[in-house]
Amino acid sequence: MNTQRSSIPLTAYYFGLIALLYLPIGILFLFSINTNTTLTFPLQGLTLSWYQKLLDTGPVLDAARNSVFVAAGSSLAATILGTMVSILYMRYQFRLKGLLMALAVLPLIVPYVVLAVALLLLFSVLHISRSLWTIGVAHTVVALPYTLLIIASRLAGFDANLEEAAMDLGANYPTTLFRIVLPMIFPAIISAWLTAFTVSFDEFALALFLAGTEPTFPVYLFSQLRFTNRLPIMIAMAVLLMMGTLMLIFIAERTQRAK
Amino acid sequence: MFDRRGTFWILFVLPLLWLGTFFLAPLILMAAFSFRPNLNGDLLQIWVPTLAQYAGIFAEESYLRLLAISVFMAFMVGVISVLLSYPIAFFLALRAGRRARIYLVLLLIPFWTSYLLRVMALKLMLGSEGVIDDFLQYIGLIQAPLTALVYNRNAVVATLIYVWIPFSTLPILAALQRIDLSLFEAAADLGAGPFQQFMRITLPLSLPGILAAFFMVFIPTVGEYVTPLMVGGSVGSMYGNIIQDFFTKAANWPLGSALSMIMLLVTMALLIVALRLVNLRELLA
Repeated sequence: MNTQRSSIPLTAYYFGLIALLYLPIGILFLFSINTNTTLTFPLQGLTLSWYQKLLDTGPVLDAARNSVFVAAGSSLAATILGTMVSILYMRYQFRLKGLLMALAVLPLIVPYVVLAVALLLLFSVLHISRSLWTIGVAHTVVALPYTLLIIASRLAGFDANLEEAAMDLGANYPTTLFRIVLPMIFPAIISAWLTAFTVSFDEFALALFLAGTEPTFPVYLFSQLRFTNRLPIMIAMAVLLMMGTLMLIFIAERTQRAK
Repeated sequence: MFDRRGTFWILFVLPLLWLGTFFLAPLILMAAFSFRPNLNGDLLQIWVPTLAQYAGIFAEESYLRLLAISVFMAFMVGVISVLLSYPIAFFLALRAGRRARIYLVLLLIPFWTSYLLRVMALKLMLGSEGVIDDFLQYIGLIQAPLTALVYNRNAVVATLIYVWIPFSTLPILAALQRIDLSLFEAAADLGAGPFQQFMRITLPLSLPGILAAFFMVFIPTVGEYVTPLMVGGSVGSMYGNIIQDFFTKAANWPLGSALSMIMLLVTMALLIVALRLVNLRELLA
């Protein structure tokens, strides 16, 4: 059958591409356990000392903690706002609906450099100095479309009659939302929250403009790229963060499938 | 019902205030600044609107040329990403069988890992005295360090394609998965060979996915500035980089704002073209 015949080159192509995609990640890992600060062949020896040194390197740990802080805050805000807008989108008809939806989805399209300089202008005019909060605000704006799309698609798949039934039985609308709607869309809310978290955690283009004296990890990493002797420690941190992110994604995947 | 209306206002006001303050207002402010003659005086002082910044941009050929180059680079990134990811999507949708799901996860994991790091890793690999260079010298294939692999526009385009491939696979995959498999059986019964089946069934039916993938890569890439910063060097800049320069090093905010406005308008124009060609509703379903 032709299925069998054409599978072999396609399978080879797929695995070739996968190998190419994983090669840099493998190289990074090798870098983090290499004795030398540069990756030269043949390797001089392997070591875990970079991971050990990491624990004594305050600024790297601070930057990672800042990233977690910004990602946790902005993803929480984006998920709450995304849930609110999704309910409006799926359950209400109103005059400014088109405007609100456009505002909520457009951050997906507006180039990050444009949004970054526009927010920089706003914060300068308002005399708000740049900090982790300004980064968090920007991340909330760009994560909102993701949370909205994830939650709205879940809401679309669920019968509005259930809400009417609850209200016929005497529940008011806020109670119905909390007792019926939110539990139904809970897996989507978790998945939206994790998505928003990873969007923020990794984000560099906005953070570079909006960071104050305290950098997030990507901003700090960028500032340290010139110093090759510090690179292995940075990469060791990055490898740990990468594993953390993958674990989050794995958990998100499991919770979505469990339901 | 009153409580439904009350709930409406709570649900409506907070997101509208948030997006109004942190999304719409900054863009309006940027538009206002683009009509400002200079940055003299207080940030919020009243100024007489002028088209001087725009006139300056249109008089200086290099800005618009860089914009055209950036659009062209993004176009190439979009086209090549689609070409390279189509076989992957085809494989996952129609050939991988039960393993498709795990194969898809395997493909997406790199996309979930840090963008900056992947680009940096590429640089470590491709750069002069990078890993590939070093390895080739070690095994004696080349004698002197290679110079062509980073710090030019080709490196920027290659890096962007590399980063986008897992992402551009998704819309094509979604379109291919919707194809009714009995169409292939019917075509085979009527004597169509694999090539004819592909040209007459698979390709036309996956066209919406192809277009969606193309625009999902093309539009964000036009405004890219980080990748050129990392691997572009002095000759690999894109339009986004001059906006960045005018807000950081050069500190000419009115000119930077005008350049940003042009970028924003180009992006919106591309979006309108995209929405004409792609049925969003069908794709999200």
